[in-house]
Amino acid sequence: MKLDINTINKIAKLARIRLSEEEAKDLLKDMNSILDWVEQLNEVNTDSVEPLANISSSILPQRKDEAKDINSADEILKNSPDKLEGYFAVPKVVE
Amino acid sequence: MDFKSISQLKSLLDENKISIKEIAETYIKRIKEKKELNIFIYFNEDKIYEQVKEIEKLPNDKTLKGIPISVKDLFCTSNMPTTAASKILENFKPTYESFVTQKLIDQGSMFIGKTNLDEFAMGSATNTSYFGNTINPLSKNDNPLAPGGSSGGSAAAVAADLCLGATGTDTGGSIRQPASFCGVVGIKPTYGLCSRWGIAAFASSLDQAGVFSKNVTDASILLEEIAGHDQRDSTSSNVQIPSFSKNLNPSLEGKIVGIPKEYTVDGTSDEINGVWEEAIKSLEKKGAKIKYISLPHTKYALPTYYIIAPAEASSNLARYDGVKYGYRAKNPKSLDDMYEITRSEGFGKEVKRRILIGTYVLSAGYYDAYYLKAQKVRKLIANDFVQVFSDCDLILTPTAPSAAFPLNEKQNDPIKMYLNDIFTVPASLAGIPGISIPYGHDKQGLPLGIQLLGKHYNEQEILNAAFALEKDYE
Repeated sequence: MKLDINTINKIAKLARIRLSEEEAKDLLKDMNSILDWVEQLNEVNTDSVEPLANISSSILPQRKDEAKDINSADEILKNSPDKLEGYFAVPKVVE
Repeated sequence: MDFKSISQLKSLLDENKISIKEIAETYIKRIKEKKELNIFIYFNEDKIYEQVKEIEKLPNDKTLKGIPISVKDLFCTSNMPTTAASKILENFKPTYESFVTQKLIDQGSMFIGKTNLDEFAMGSATNTSYFGNTINPLSKNDNPLAPGGSSGGSAAAVAADLCLGATGTDTGGSIRQPASFCGVVGIKPTYGLCSRWGIAAFASSLDQAGVFSKNVTDASILLEEIAGHDQRDSTSSNVQIPSFSKNLNPSLEGKIVGIPKEYTVDGTSDEINGVWEEAIKSLEKKGAKIKYISLPHTKYALPTYYIIAPAEASSNLARYDGVKYGYRAKNPKSLDDMYEITRSEGFGKEVKRRILIGTYVLSAGYYDAYYLKAQKVRKLIANDFVQVFSDCDLILTPTAPSAAFPLNEKQNDPIKMYLNDIFTVPASLAGIPGISIPYGHDKQGLPLGIQLLGKHYNEQEILNAAFALEKDYE
C-alpha cells in the first residue's frame, strides 16, 4: 500500500478536485494497484540513461517571436460561464 | 447506391453520376438509421446542407471535394461544438478551427458530424464518454460489443458506412486498436507529422492525429492532406510530405520485416497469433525477408506509458477551471470552492483517476522515482526500435490482444483495460508510425487486426506493405 486516504485527499486538493468519501476510497484502491503495477520499472537499470522528453528525430523549426493580434477579447470571452465588462468573473476573493 | 471508397466516390462525382447534395442525403439517411449505435456526439442536418452549398462552389480539383468525413470530437471545429466527450466542455463552441480539420475543409471535405470518444481520449473502449457508450456496428443483436477506443466513434462511423473517412487521435493506440476492433484501416503517423494545434490536449509528448478509412489507398489520400508543418505547434516537424497515394507500391522485394519475439504474450488469443503467422507467410511469399528480432524493453512500455501519459494529462487538464470556458459549478462559496466543485462535477471517473495519478507522480518527493524513471525507460524503449530499424525496414505485430470485447467487460479493473494497448503503446512512446489493417476473422466472425510499424517519417513504407497485405483479403 503506497497511498493512504490522507495522501489521496492531499493529491486531490493539489489537483483541485473535490472527492466524496466514497470516491476517495474507490480511488485509493485503484491508484494503489496502478502504482504497484508501475513499480516493475525499478527492475530496469537506468543509471546512465538520459530521460527522453521529446521524441522528435527531426530538428524542430524555430519561428520569429513576433507579437500578433490574433484574437479579440470578445472571442476569448465568448465561452466564459461568467463575464463582466470585458473580464472573466469569478467569486469574490477579497472581502 | 453503395460507396466503397474515396477514390470510387470521386470518380462518380467526376462523371457527374452523383451530386454533392445527393451524397449528403444518402449519408444523412444512413446516420439516422444507425442512431442507436451512439456514434455521434454532434450531428446536425442543417450544418451538412450548409456545407454542401460551400463545397459546390469549390473547383473540381480539390482532392476531397464532397467526401463525407467524420471528425473525432477532440478536434476543435468552428462551426460545430467540441466536447472531448466531457461534461466540462459540454457547451464549448470553439472560435477557431484545428489545423487538421482546416486542411480537410480546404480540400472540400463534408463534415457529417463529431464522433464519440473516451472522455479526453482516456480509454480503450469508448465507454468513459459523458455521452454514453458507442456500440460496435459489427455487434450481433444480443451481444453489444465495444468499438475500442479512444477514437471508437470514428472507427465505428467508417465501419458502419456513415462516412468514407474519419479523423482520430492516437496517444497509446487510440486509432490502431479501434480500427482493429471495427475492421477498418487506421494509421497513426510519426509524432510531429500532423500539427496538434486545435486538438484538446491529453499527453502532448504522445498525442498524434491520424485517420480511419475503408482501405489503404484512402488512408494514404487522407494522410497526405492532413500532414504538414504548422508554426502554432512547436513539435510540428518541417518535413517534405510525399504523395503517399501516388507512391503506393505493393512490391516487397528485398524488404526486411522484423517479427519481435516480445509480442508473443500470455492472454493473446490463438486466432490472433494465427493471423499474425498468416501475415508473416504472406509477406515472405511476396518477396520480403523475415527476421526474428528482439525489442527487450517491450514489457515496460505499458507501465512507462501509465506514468508519462497521466503526468502530462494532469498538467494539460489544469486549464479546465470553470473560468475561461466550459462547465462551472453552481453557487460556489469561494474561488477554491469553484475550482474544486467544477472539476469534481465536470470530470468523469477515469479522467479523475489519471489526473490524480499524474499529480502524484509529479509531486515533490516522487518526481524522480516515477516520472523521471519513466522518461529514462522511455529512452530505452525508443532505443530498442532505433537498433532494430538499423537492419529492418518494417515490424509486423498483432494490433490488439483480442477481438472486440463485450461493452461492459473490463470496466472495473483499470489495469485489465490498460492491457489492451500492449501492442500499440511501444510505438507511441518511440514516436514511430504505425498502421492497423483488418486481416482475417475470429470464430465469431469478428475482424482481427495486424499492425505494421516503420521508421520515423517512413509512412510510405508501412502504407506500401499494408497495401500489399490488404490484397490477401480482397
